Amino acid sequence: MEAFLHQVLAGLATGGIYASLALALVMIYQATHLVNFAQGEMAMFSTYIAWSLIDAGLPYWAAFALTVVIAFVLGVVIERVVIRPVENAPVLAVVVVFIALLVILNSVTGWIYTYTIKTFPSPFPEQPLFGIKYMSSHEMGAIGVTLAVLLLLYAFFRFTPLGLAMRAAAQNPESSRLVGIRVGWMLALGWGLAAAVGSVAGMMVAPIVYLDPNMMGGILLYAFAAALVGGVDNPGGAVFGGFLVGVLENVLGAFVIGNELKLAVALVLIIGVLVVRPSGFFGKVYVTRV
Amino acid sequence: MALLEVTQLHAAYGQTRVLHGISFAMEAGSITTLLGANGAGKTTTLRALCAMVKTQGDIRFAGERIDGRATEDIVRLGIAHVPDGRGTFVNLTTEENLRLGAYTRRDGEAVEADLERVYGYFPRLKERRAQQAGTLSGGEQQMLAVSRGLMLRPKLMLLDEPSFGLAPLVVRELFAILRAVNERERVSLLVVEQNAALALELADHAYLIETGRVVLSGTADEIKRNDAVRSSYLGY
Ligand SMILES: Nc1ncnc2c1ncn2[C@@H]1O[C@H](COP(=O)(O)OP(=O)(O)OP(=O)(O)O)[C@@H](O)[C@H]1O
Ligand SMILES: [Mg+2]
Repeated sequence: MEAFLHQVLAGLATGGIYASLALALVMIYQATHLVNFAQGEMAMFSTYIAWSLIDAGLPYWAAFALTVVIAFVLGVVIERVVIRPVENAPVLAVVVVFIALLVILNSVTGWIYTYTIKTFPSPFPEQPLFGIKYMSSHEMGAIGVTLAVLLLLYAFFRFTPLGLAMRAAAQNPESSRLVGIRVGWMLALGWGLAAAVGSVAGMMVAPIVYLDPNMMGGILLYAFAAALVGGVDNPGGAVFGGFLVGVLENVLGAFVIGNELKLAVALVLIIGVLVVRPSGFFGKVYVTRV
Repeated sequence: MALLEVTQLHAAYGQTRVLHGISFAMEAGSITTLLGANGAGKTTTLRALCAMVKTQGDIRFAGERIDGRATEDIVRLGIAHVPDGRGTFVNLTTEENLRLGAYTRRDGEAVEADLERVYGYFPRLKERRAQQAGTLSGGEQQMLAVSRGLMLRPKLMLLDEPSFGLAPLVVRELFAILRAVNERERVSLLVVEQNAALALELADHAYLIETGRVVLSGTADEIKRNDAVRSSYLGY
């Protein structure tokens, strides 16, 4: 029982990371109807930036904050420079651009930092927090950070005029322009936010999986599964999907199929959802009248 | 000086040319209507004013050229477009739709007051303020579209068939509101209407458009008395 509880809680910790990344995917999907295959590599690259900053002597949380800002700017720049020119290109062309971005980020990182695995520090203490023994302090801290990020994002989209404008621009670009929203910039802002959220996920997962240019491959797959389970156009669903996938992966990996086959859980989920319910289990059903 | 002055306006959708040199003007504070059969190019003319189609020609607003500017910048000059098909943000609430209408404004308190003002005009919208706008009835969405335009506190409002889908009683209310907005706040109105009789009742000037050209223009009274207009558009 204790072992089971431990696996569930650990699953929640990684699940939060999948949830963040799934949310980043959904944010871009909602605005563009495209899945950004490079989301994971963008997060990985940001995590290396954090590593460099810490290596240069910055305190952890300063490096953390600076990395989030840099990731945001990087996301905006990528949208403006790389994605904008192919805005109206056929879907396949854009997918190729995403994959190119993925490969380039991966090899540039390998070139700068080499492919040797690095350790990445956790900001949380060694000994368990609050004397809770089922969870490492990093797992608990990661859940806390993830929840804080999700809450902040929710508040931003729900309660600020800019958040409202971003939602409007994603849903109805033409009407948005007619009320004066600069739709192109809203897209860029969305990329920035997605990249920032991804960078937090990267920094939270790096102490667990270690830092290497391929660290996000598997994680992105789980995030895809999470986004699909949740309904790829539903942010809340994607977050729930993330936690669900995290727990399933851990529990099934520990007790049923073994750690070697864990990634298969994600694949089975992806295929299962696509076959059974392509709109996801929480895919929003918009009631629309014409 | 005319508030809006359009000279030799051409517009095309891809290869299909739709406007062939339309010219018209309207004075500040006036109500002007564009009449014409289906497919004449009325909607396209309004879209051209907001840079929503590719155009050639000269468009001046308060003396300044606005052709070639982006839609978002034209809105900031105080031009509200109530589009054909209503343009509802279907997944947002009624109130969020209205707030988006005031997106470019920075006078927060006045925005709150205007919100109450449009709720005063259309109590139905107030009842449905928290409802997903896509679930409003067609007529309610039409009220929402006009209200969203009003939330800009525009100098000029472009209205594309504002009476579309509204019950006769509501149409009368809506037109009374438009007249009041025009008289009290000196908002100029450029109205496209299927219902020519109604439009000529409201407007002081009218232009008749046929296949992308202005074929007749004058005061609303003159147009009303024109025999061709009477037989083709007024039906008497
Ligand atoms: N997106 C488009 N692509 C191609 N042609 C278009 C497009 N929109 C309109 N047209 C054409 O342009 C012409 C003028 O259309 P427009 O919508 O301006 O007419 P309208 O006067 O508003 O008509 P209605 O009274 O039916 O609303 C029509 O012949 C129409 O087929
Ligand atoms: Mg029309």
